[in-house]
Amino acid sequence: MERAGGEAVLLDYRSGSLDGADAVILPGGFSYGDYLRSGAIARFSPVMAAIREHAAAGGAVLGICNGFQILCEAHLLPGALMHNAGQRFASRPVDLRIERTYTICTSEFEPGEVIRIPQAHGEGRYEATPEVLEMLERDNLIVLRYVAVPGSDVPHNPNGSTADIAGICNPEGNVVGFMPHPERLADKALGSDVGMRFFTGLIKRLSGVPA
Amino acid sequence: MKFRVHVRVTPRPVLLDPQGQAVHHALHSLGFAGVEQVRIGKAIEMEVEAADRDKAMAEVRRMCEQLLANPVTEDFFVAVEE
Repeated sequence: MERAGGEAVLLDYRSGSLDGADAVILPGGFSYGDYLRSGAIARFSPVMAAIREHAAAGGAVLGICNGFQILCEAHLLPGALMHNAGQRFASRPVDLRIERTYTICTSEFEPGEVIRIPQAHGEGRYEATPEVLEMLERDNLIVLRYVAVPGSDVPHNPNGSTADIAGICNPEGNVVGFMPHPERLADKALGSDVGMRFFTGLIKRLSGVPA
Repeated sequence: MKFRVHVRVTPRPVLLDPQGQAVHHALHSLGFAGVEQVRIGKAIEMEVEAADRDKAMAEVRRMCEQLLANPVTEDFFVAVEE
């Protein structure tokens, strides 16, 4: 976030407020050891009250990997993440298509643009009721989708997510969650800085640049 | 009164259960041929203090709805004994 031009602070999970932050990012990890279900306990962290208020007021909230799982458990986003089909922890690059560019973090992409970034998770298979899935498609709430690129050397949708869903947002696009890790491919020294565009997009959005 | 509570949380039948699949294949490899529909869930046991059995049951159901089970992906079953 700092390399994208923002000021980043670590917010303790016990905080009662967001300390004036314009955006909240719930990062990846293994909160509470993924005990019971990934994110099931972290969703009750004291700071979640302030995050919920921020989201309801239109504030930017981004959940990456475990962060996405927490947002789903907290019902800030619909659906749930289950064990990967094939029972393998999938740590590999994935091909993704940007489905929606009017969100807090995808405005630096073209609609339909295909990118490749890494992911690393054991419980990343997106599932939801048929009604929710219908709503996601109908209302354009799918932000990232796994895409099969002809001739690609990476497996398509390695966790078996329904409808190839890798990330979704709320109707306003201010709450976004996805499983892949753009922050792990945000430096040309690692071969590509494509992931940085999620964060420069977020900074632009916070600076008031129209999407 | 103290009640012993047994909660079972299982993946909803309509959803893929990769753990169940893995165990299913393992059982077949071990020669248990007539096995189908293996599903892996969780057993949660606790002791709950409540005025009566119905209140204990209601409290545990609330625990399941709030934390112990994810209603999108899981079903839960509760047994309360004295």
